Amino acid sequence: MEFTTKISIDDLNLFYGDFHALKSIQLHIPQNNVTALIGPSGCGKSTLLRTINRMNDLIENVRTEGRILIDGQNILDPSMDVVTLRQKVGMVFQRPNVFDQSILDNLLFGMRIHRQMRSRSQTMDLVHKSLEDVGLWDVLKDKLRKNARTLSLEQQQRLCIARVILLTPAIILFDEPCSALDPIATMRIEELLKVLREQYTLVIVTHNMQQAARASDYTGFLYLGELIEFGPTAHIFTNPRQKMTDNYISGNFG
Amino acid sequence: MNGAKLREKIAFTVLGFVTLLVILPILLILYYVISRGWGAMSWEFLTQNPRNGMKEGGIFPALVGTILLVIGTMAFSLPLGILSAIYLVEYARDNLFTRMIKLSVVNLSGIPSIVYGLFGFTVFVVFLHFGASILAGSLTLAIMSLPVIITSTKEALEAVPMSYREISLSLGATRWQTIRYCVLPYAIPGILTGTVLSLSRAAGETAPILFTVAAFYLPHLPRSVFDQVMALPYHLYVISTQVPNVPEKFSFGTGLVLIALVCLMNVVSIVLRAHFRKKKQW
Repeated sequence: MEFTTKISIDDLNLFYGDFHALKSIQLHIPQNNVTALIGPSGCGKSTLLRTINRMNDLIENVRTEGRILIDGQNILDPSMDVVTLRQKVGMVFQRPNVFDQSILDNLLFGMRIHRQMRSRSQTMDLVHKSLEDVGLWDVLKDKLRKNARTLSLEQQQRLCIARVILLTPAIILFDEPCSALDPIATMRIEELLKVLREQYTLVIVTHNMQQAARASDYTGFLYLGELIEFGPTAHIFTNPRQKMTDNYISGNFG
Repeated sequence: MNGAKLREKIAFTVLGFVTLLVILPILLILYYVISRGWGAMSWEFLTQNPRNGMKEGGIFPALVGTILLVIGTMAFSLPLGILSAIYLVEYARDNLFTRMIKLSVVNLSGIPSIVYGLFGFTVFVVFLHFGASILAGSLTLAIMSLPVIITSTKEALEAVPMSYREISLSLGATRWQTIRYCVLPYAIPGILTGTVLSLSRAAGETAPILFTVAAFYLPHLPRSVFDQVMALPYHLYVISTQVPNVPEKFSFGTGLVLIALVCLMNVVSIVLRAHFRKKKQW
């Protein structure tokens, strides 16, 4: 495997109280690629994803051990500022979670809280570019004042991605971003991922194996908190080294 | 008509009838108070001091006193109640200490109001040397209002979906920014409802102000927070039971003004609620 590592996960263990949810995870996530994490429900793939932007901090009784290096910095270090981290590592959730506000207010949320408001024309340029990137500009340019909840689910999810892009992150995490969408919308979001990887490092958690096969460059298979196998997606899906991976992707369990 | 449909009809009728019974007392009280108290309503009644052993004149000092007490109560109980509820919901970890605080908040709301009055008398009037004063009365009423304000604020905050907080935090907001921009705007209507409810109760309470602020007869306005004032509920008690030969319409008029005051507070809260609901941002 020849690639530049963006996120390097080193002997990561995570406990919910007494429950050992992630076991000695060792994983290098490549820069400017789409990495998919697959596995049956409860295998820890979402937990692993949420460790990368420290969203697990919100849950009580969570204990993490090990290191996650992003650009050489251990983000699990207690002195790490999670606000800075989460600007650098954006996240898109399962449900398109737009605020009950106008499209513009949704997009500007990040800039407002980070006090990065610029002149009106500069701000509108950034908004324009982010909506362009997610393929919404032509549809929405005249309705930026409309409530974001009136958009279709797919458009809402694209808006969420645009909202993250405006923070100029290096990494974007996707937690089952298509599970609320219909097949056509899913396909379009997958195409969007392929465009976005030119600029960002993408990590996507999915329970949909076809999606991982179609949309990702690398795939990691997790089972009961362990990383069973990691490699180029084509290898994992055609020629897995582990019997268990083979069983899972051929639908024998999970 | 088959059995299920008949039972449905019976259930509907019974439930509707019971609901009617519940609002009947409210309607009767309103009718009774308005019909007997309306005769006392006049500009003079609202703006004059009581005269001639309270058998003539108006209720101006008592009206002002009650308004001042509500404002004083609000000044102490709103920040204390809302901020501590925010702490309990958004920051506090679930441990023995937090659980004990929550338990005592619940228990505080079960304490009879006369006990708050005694407590306020002992602590504020005597121990802290505030004397019987607006300050002591407001503090006593504030402590009495706290449980309802804390509980309703807590419920309003907990009703805001966790996902709102998640998006905000995932976009790099701090906890406080998340509360300020993504939680409070959605919780404000619920907070207002509970707050106004408890302030209305404070406006109508007699027992907590009995020893801490209320004056029997004081025909001038207070000059500082260390002065005593008359208050509507206590004045009502006084002219109904302590002073002979006060016209009946004066008692009911006083009650009517008190009810109107509470209604006015509710109207203000409804307007504010509609305003915040529309804006979702402030």
